[in-house]
Amino acid sequence: MSATKTSTPKSSTSKPAPSHKHGASTSKVKFGDRWAAYLAHHKLTAADSLRRLFVTPIASGMTWLVLAIALALPMTLYVAMDNIKQLSGSWQQTSQISVFLRTGIKDSQGQAVMAQIQSWPQISDTRYISADDALKQFSNSAGLSDVLASLSSNPLPAVISVVPNLTGADADMLAQLQQRLSELPNVESVQLDMQWVQRLYQFMELGQRVVWALGALLALAVLLIIGNTIRLAIENRRDEIRVVKLVGGTDAFVRRPFLYTGIWYGLGGGLLAWVLLAVGLFWLTAPVEQLISLYGSDFQLKGLGFGNSLTLLSSAVLLGWLGAWVAVGRHIKSIEP
Amino acid sequence: MSAIRFDNVSKSYGAHHALNEVTFELAKGEMAFLTGHSGAGKSTLLKLIMHMEKASHGQVFVNEQNLSRIKPAQVPFLRRQIGVVFQNHQLLFDRSVFENVALPLRIAGYDSRELARRVRAALDKVGLLKAEQKNPIELSGGEQQRVGIARAVVNKPSLILADEPTGNLDPKLSAEIMSLLEQFNSVGVSVLIASHDLALIRRLKHRVIGLEGGRLIGERPAQVS
Repeated sequence: MSATKTSTPKSSTSKPAPSHKHGASTSKVKFGDRWAAYLAHHKLTAADSLRRLFVTPIASGMTWLVLAIALALPMTLYVAMDNIKQLSGSWQQTSQISVFLRTGIKDSQGQAVMAQIQSWPQISDTRYISADDALKQFSNSAGLSDVLASLSSNPLPAVISVVPNLTGADADMLAQLQQRLSELPNVESVQLDMQWVQRLYQFMELGQRVVWALGALLALAVLLIIGNTIRLAIENRRDEIRVVKLVGGTDAFVRRPFLYTGIWYGLGGGLLAWVLLAVGLFWLTAPVEQLISLYGSDFQLKGLGFGNSLTLLSSAVLLGWLGAWVAVGRHIKSIEP
Repeated sequence: MSAIRFDNVSKSYGAHHALNEVTFELAKGEMAFLTGHSGAGKSTLLKLIMHMEKASHGQVFVNEQNLSRIKPAQVPFLRRQIGVVFQNHQLLFDRSVFENVALPLRIAGYDSRELARRVRAALDKVGLLKAEQKNPIELSGGEQQRVGIARAVVNKPSLILADEPTGNLDPKLSAEIMSLLEQFNSVGVSVLIASHDLALIRRLKHRVIGLEGGRLIGERPAQVS
């Protein structure tokens, strides 16, 4: 019977003092001990996995760099799209629709039309330019005041300048708006000078999809790179895995160091990608801003920002962990003592 | 109560019958030799106890647990009850002697103070306390085997299996290893040693279980000296 007693690690001989002092809370203390030991082992494993990566600095560095490039590519495109969006956003503010009214209607009628348009939710601003004002503006700017003065009547119609609210707008909505405006009473025609805006939207939509597709492909690449690297790490530690399994290591125990290795690869790759991106942006900022300033815009190149940096790093870590998980799941099963 | 019980166990690999209708029992606290030529089925028998292999027919019990009904998730916990000493000791050369011995305790989740205490106790027992920070590759064959034994006993298993533990050692070192295993047996640990070192087996008076061609070919009961 003494064999049974010595076999159980929980037997009273293993931790004599605390179990006698606090009889009632024994199991609690033991659970706490186990939990502390579990956390301590996680810490130890994480540190050991990292140390192992630095034992082969060149190989690990190359892996990190490859991962960084794979992560930085879609991130670069994302930042570029973000900036184009910001730039086109500033153009949207100035875009407008000109609603030409019938000639010969009274100003009061024109004002009524404007009031009606103004009440629509998709309109952000309207401005009424009466026929007289239009003539004045035209003669001032064109230098044709003499010719215009000789005309017996004003040939110009009154115009309502409409600035649509374009947040979340698409080409369909703009077409609908145009249709609706042209159906109003006393409206002669509606001019939408925004085809280029529509095209830009379509290009951006396309661009966004390209970013997503590329992002997905490169995420897959990251998974495969990490999976393959972990597979090699598993091969290198085959003996250890066998021994660990023989002395009663659970699958979770066997997996743990490799999952940490994956996390370290992911984190390292993510950090390096961030650095690559930051250096690239820094390098581009001055020329881009000079170029844009030629067009009279006060556009500023947007960097990654805190939120996006966090997204980059956490998705890198997640990909590392996932890649390791896949590799470990596939290969550890095959190593049995 | 038995530490190990084989109930009409057969194991075949394709057409080759490694074990054939083997029935025997090792009582708790008993020490026995398992003997036979290489290929007689000793290793297969040990593998069945460790659940590294599954019996084709019959049932294997370890500490009264039926291994034919064990779930994969329970296997690690079965193995924690068993300390194994290998012929080629299976030490890891990427870590110190201390860490090699500590491995089963790290797996079982001991806190670092208790772990260090137990590792040192086990190393002291095999007379290698001073070597704890060395790499096992710096040690002699006999010392490596003793580190293997320390690792096998550090978690206080109820059963020790030894597969040719004296295989590569000279007679003097072999006797040392055997006396170590006897010491553990004397405090109640069941011990099963696979060995073909007949001279050694004859000298020690323990029960002998003979295997030939996968069959049990008789026993020699323990002799009271």
